[in-house]
Amino acid sequence: MEFLRPATLPEALSVKAERPGAVPIAGGTDVMVELNFDHRRPEALLDLTGIAELAEWSAEDGTVRLGAGVPYTRLIEQLGKRLPGLAMAARTVGSPQIRNRGTVGGNLGAASPAGDTHPVLLATGATIEVASVRGTRTIAAEDFYLGVKRNALEPDELITAVNLPDTKAPQQFSKIGTRNAMVIAVCSFGLALHPEQGRVGAAIGSAAPTPRRSRAAEDFLSGELTDAGLWESPEPLRDSVCRRFGELVAEGTEPIDDVRGSAAYRKHALSVLARRTLGWAWQEYRAGERSCA
Amino acid sequence: MRVNMTVNGEQRQADDVWEGESLLYVLRERLGLPGSKNACEQGECGSCTVYLDAVPVCACLVAAGQAQGREVRTVEGLADGDRLDPVQQSFVDAGAVQCGFCTPGLVVAAHDLLDRVPEPSDEEIREALAGNLCRCTGYEKILDAVKLAATRGADA
Ligand SMILES: Cc1cc2nc3c(=O)[nH]c(=O)nc-3n(C[C@H](O)[C@H](O)[C@H](O)COP(=O)(O)OP(=O)(O)OC[C@H]3O[C@@H](n4cnc5c(N)ncnc54)[C@H](O)[C@@H]3O)c2cc1C
Ligand code: FES
Ligand code: FES
Repeated sequence: MEFLRPATLPEALSVKAERPGAVPIAGGTDVMVELNFDHRRPEALLDLTGIAELAEWSAEDGTVRLGAGVPYTRLIEQLGKRLPGLAMAARTVGSPQIRNRGTVGGNLGAASPAGDTHPVLLATGATIEVASVRGTRTIAAEDFYLGVKRNALEPDELITAVNLPDTKAPQQFSKIGTRNAMVIAVCSFGLALHPEQGRVGAAIGSAAPTPRRSRAAEDFLSGELTDAGLWESPEPLRDSVCRRFGELVAEGTEPIDDVRGSAAYRKHALSVLARRTLGWAWQEYRAGERSCA
Repeated sequence: MRVNMTVNGEQRQADDVWEGESLLYVLRERLGLPGSKNACEQGECGSCTVYLDAVPVCACLVAAGQAQGREVRTVEGLADGDRLDPVQQSFVDAGAVQCGFCTPGLVVAAHDLLDRVPEPSDEEIREALAGNLCRCTGYEKILDAVKLAATRGADA
């Protein structure tokens, strides 16, 4: 095995092009577990922590560009206001020690159906920026997850950043686990209001082979809100609308029974999470609209 | 490979390090610093917690090569000679140490918390220590120890 420590992104990309078998390592919170337990013995590790540009973020023209290597703790501290949904998800990851090292880039690299950032990336309409010696391309979050722990990266590509809307619109993330800290999600749900587009984003985690958008639920709710003129004059939502939204989210899942929960439980729990997070987000939206008026 | 780093203020060098080795292994087996404990090797128990560039991390999840040129502070580096750090002394005084296996990790995590938040609430203590498992104490004494250390910090 070799340990490769590029100092710049171009250097890292040329290494990855020459050595597609080299495994990138950022926070190491997924990679090291596999190495410690001998589940993986890659030909080389490609350490990304020496590359300054991956650990930076910037905000411009209504978009936050979050470097793939920004640890969760910094995301929570520095971007809690600009990326509320992602910060909420980051707060539920592991423990302080894990959040001090773990990154959104690593969550995407691992592409676990249970990864906490995925529902938020899907709901907010985030895009994933990936680079190789051939150039840079941008992948919509919904095109990124291809299967259980499989993503759209080519063997010579690295994730460089994630782009998310820099918005004041309410976002929510909610996760079911058997305790408050250090649990992998039994199921999870992300919600984002996009008032300027008259649209709602919603996505599930841990309830299908990949994280995925809840399209039917999104379309239903976006239609209801727009048809009733609720974006402009946000009245309280009718209970039947919230319920239907929850049902459609549950219908859009394909959960399995496993040690953490049954499929039926996951479906039910997601309908509840959907309804509740919608209630919270809408309440926040109404409060915001009132204070503007 | 060879790894150079600053450990507890001293320049240290480890040779013949396997590329997939963890920082924890280097500290314990190559540099003779057995304070950080190895219990799970998967980030679950926190008994290997050390500061890496002043940030508490699980040493079992840091690849040795990632510590090259960086600064590591272990539980051994908290005491001032024979004088225990106030957090360590409070663990002893509050009876928060039984078998002691979890103690080094908890002490580092608590030390970091009190550095950032000198007077933490119970919730803040619980959240800060959520990544550290103890099989003996039932955690109450550990909470007492952190609160005692906070009071002593305020007195100091
Ligand atoms: C105790 C514990 C608790 C955890 N709890 C949670 C939890 O609650 N929620 C959750 O979602 N996850 C959890 N995890 C999993 C892990 O912390 C996250 O997936 C984290 O985001 C991984 O980030 P990392 O930087 O440590 O990734 P690494 O381990 O460094 O890498 C993970 C994968 O991504 C690849 N990779 C990393 N960066 C890049 C890049 N820039 N380009 C291309 N590929 C890349 C790596 O090759 C690897 O395949 C937990 C892990 C542990 C050990
Ligand atoms: S040994 Fe590192 S967290 Fe358990
Ligand atoms: S004192 Fe024994 S594990 Fe905590």
